[in-house]
Amino acid sequence: MDPGKSRDSAETARVMQFPNDVLERILSLIDSHRDRSAVSLVSKAWYNAERWTRRHVFIGNCYAVLPQIVARRFPNIRGVMLKGKPRFSDFNMVPPNWGADVHAWLAVFADQYPLLEELRLKRMTVTDESLKFLARKFRNFRALSLVSCDGFSTDGLEAIATDCRHLTELDIQENGIDDISGNWLSCFPENFTSLEVLNFASLSSDVNFDALERLVSQCKSLKILKVNKNITLEQLQRLLVRAPQLTELGTGSFLQELTAHQYVELERAFISCKNLHALSGLWEATTLYLPVLYPACTELTFLNLSYAALQSEELAKLVAHCPHLQRLWVLDTVEDVGLEAVASNCPLLEELRVFPADPYDQDINRGVTESGFLAVSLGCRKLHYVLYFCRQMTNAAVARIVQNCPGFTHFRLCIMKPGQPDYLTNEPMDEGFGAVVKTCTNLRRLGVSGLLTDLTFEYIGRYAKNLETLSVAFAEGSDRGMQCILDGCPKMRKLEIRDSPFGNVALLSGLEKYESMRSLWMSACKVTLSGCKLLARQRPRLNVEVMKDEVDDGQSYKVYVYRTLAGPRTDAPSFVCTL
Amino acid sequence: MAAQGEDLNLEATELRLGLPGTVESEKQQAPPSGRSMKRNLIDVNNKCGSDKEESNGSSAQKCEKQDVHRPSKAQVVGWPPVRSYRKNCFQKKAESESTGVFIKVSMDGAPYLRKIDLKLYKGYADLLKDLQDMFKFKVVEYCEREGYNGSQFVPTYEDKDGDWMLVGDVPWNMFITSCKRLRIMKGSSEVSKGLKT
Repeated sequence: MDPGKSRDSAETARVMQFPNDVLERILSLIDSHRDRSAVSLVSKAWYNAERWTRRHVFIGNCYAVLPQIVARRFPNIRGVMLKGKPRFSDFNMVPPNWGADVHAWLAVFADQYPLLEELRLKRMTVTDESLKFLARKFRNFRALSLVSCDGFSTDGLEAIATDCRHLTELDIQENGIDDISGNWLSCFPENFTSLEVLNFASLSSDVNFDALERLVSQCKSLKILKVNKNITLEQLQRLLVRAPQLTELGTGSFLQELTAHQYVELERAFISCKNLHALSGLWEATTLYLPVLYPACTELTFLNLSYAALQSEELAKLVAHCPHLQRLWVLDTVEDVGLEAVASNCPLLEELRVFPADPYDQDINRGVTESGFLAVSLGCRKLHYVLYFCRQMTNAAVARIVQNCPGFTHFRLCIMKPGQPDYLTNEPMDEGFGAVVKTCTNLRRLGVSGLLTDLTFEYIGRYAKNLETLSVAFAEGSDRGMQCILDGCPKMRKLEIRDSPFGNVALLSGLEKYESMRSLWMSACKVTLSGCKLLARQRPRLNVEVMKDEVDDGQSYKVYVYRTLAGPRTDAPSFVCTL
Repeated sequence: MAAQGEDLNLEATELRLGLPGTVESEKQQAPPSGRSMKRNLIDVNNKCGSDKEESNGSSAQKCEKQDVHRPSKAQVVGWPPVRSYRKNCFQKKAESESTGVFIKVSMDGAPYLRKIDLKLYKGYADLLKDLQDMFKFKVVEYCEREGYNGSQFVPTYEDKDGDWMLVGDVPWNMFITSCKRLRIMKGSSEVSKGLKT
């Protein structure tokens, strides 16, 4: 320190010398991971106080650090969130057995965190053995959330239900698993009462309904219940009357021939759910039974209709009852007309996701277009998160959309035909995305598509100063495009690129950048092995992994680059080469 | 296909991973990967760029024509980026949608029957319009209480249980799964009068 500033340093020293327990008390109130990271950088004392008081740790890339290092730094962890595979593995672009097996982590946790309560995994491989291990070794275990994971079966879930006596949360979402039977639900003990969250919507086997009904009756704290498609409307009614305190509901199939009496009973059940703010499921929902939802819709903030192929009129009638809607997920079967109804009825909407009902259908007359998106931007000025799959788009529409809603934080536009230009002018979509980054200064996540040249990336580099995540597919242009991004976006953390003409020059221009990012993915680009080797040599703290797709004829290589404290991974399969 | 010579030049100068001497085999015909589809676009752009005499409009048209070579149902791995779970949910739906629901349609007084695929219609309005065109008759708008009161003809159907029902009484989705055949009855017939009550 500068001796001339001795008064300041004395001042600082006084502040730093909080008694440790006072400091720890204060820091234990801080939950945000980013805040805690910042706190840990202040001084050695604060680093220590922070690490002793941290209860939850989030590891965005399971290969960035070893579990032993985590345990050494943070001795008192009660909850862990781990993410594994690169995001493109959700779309079958990562071969099976790639890695991200949680078991090595569990083994260390069993030793270091025997009191572990929560485990949240995304894109990890979890075997039945791991689930059995988890149930056996952690006597205090409470919450398990598995999203987009693979490797386990319903047998593993049986172990969890049987042995986790204090389980409050079981959340199983969209995993590629072996759904052998629904018997796991019957494995909860007779007097089990602690469940608060139960989500088995994506499992397909039948569960024993009596067991489910009993479970729901006994768990008075149950707040979130999402059942699977096999639960009928009649059964749903029986569950609802036992759990009027629910705040989030995922229904089963919404199509069943009900008698008039059953219909009234169902309606009554929904009326009695006065705390419902999120609704999902609704498989096969049609105009006939959607009206039973209307009484429950007034307080709804999140409506997930992405498994119900509603037509525009059906959606229009439904959203007319949802004035407080903040988040809406739909299928593109609702078409522009449906979205116009959303615009008229849901002024508080902040998030919209439109998924394609038939992603491979090339018929441009189906689905949503730029006018649907435009309509929503006019009616919903608080819109800041959009995921939009469409078959046509124009630069002018995109520019107007962001003019109406300059507050976008997440703008993910997927024009489904690769490399498709503005359908009216035939020009690239450069100006549209340029408008997005120029106008939306808070943009954190961007997904681009359509015909794009270097200009798009020049705009992104120049204007998207808060951008953290960027997805690029089937772009045109040259190395310069990727260079602009790497040079220009100071907050870039996750960059994923496929089928775009960026080569070694582009890859190596990021030498200074990659250690400040979580990861880079490039597949079917123009990068060569020698470029990757050069990168690996220059930056030993990066893992540069090259994958040759076994299924393909040897033309496509996938490059995954990520910063790590753990060195090259020891569990890499034969098709992954760490340079 | 566009000049083979141009393709080879691109190949020679292109940097990509692969053993020397490997040639990208016949991908031009049916490009399964996005990479080859993109190559088409590069060719197209080159061609458009070099034709300086032509106006923008017509060179754009030329690009469009060459784009047509792309097969319509070419599936690129991992594109569009929809999670496998979500795709699987709808693939099943799509499969069931591909089989049509063919039923016979008869009209009182007409000499022969017609056959229609119910899956091709979006709803009752669509179906009734088509039936009226096909058999050259008119109906008034359906209402729950009165049915087709006042029409010269009344559309009816036989359901799974063998009962004759009025077209329009049940939701469309339920109708297409339970309808076995259609009969357009004369409004004055005893049967159709019976259906109104």
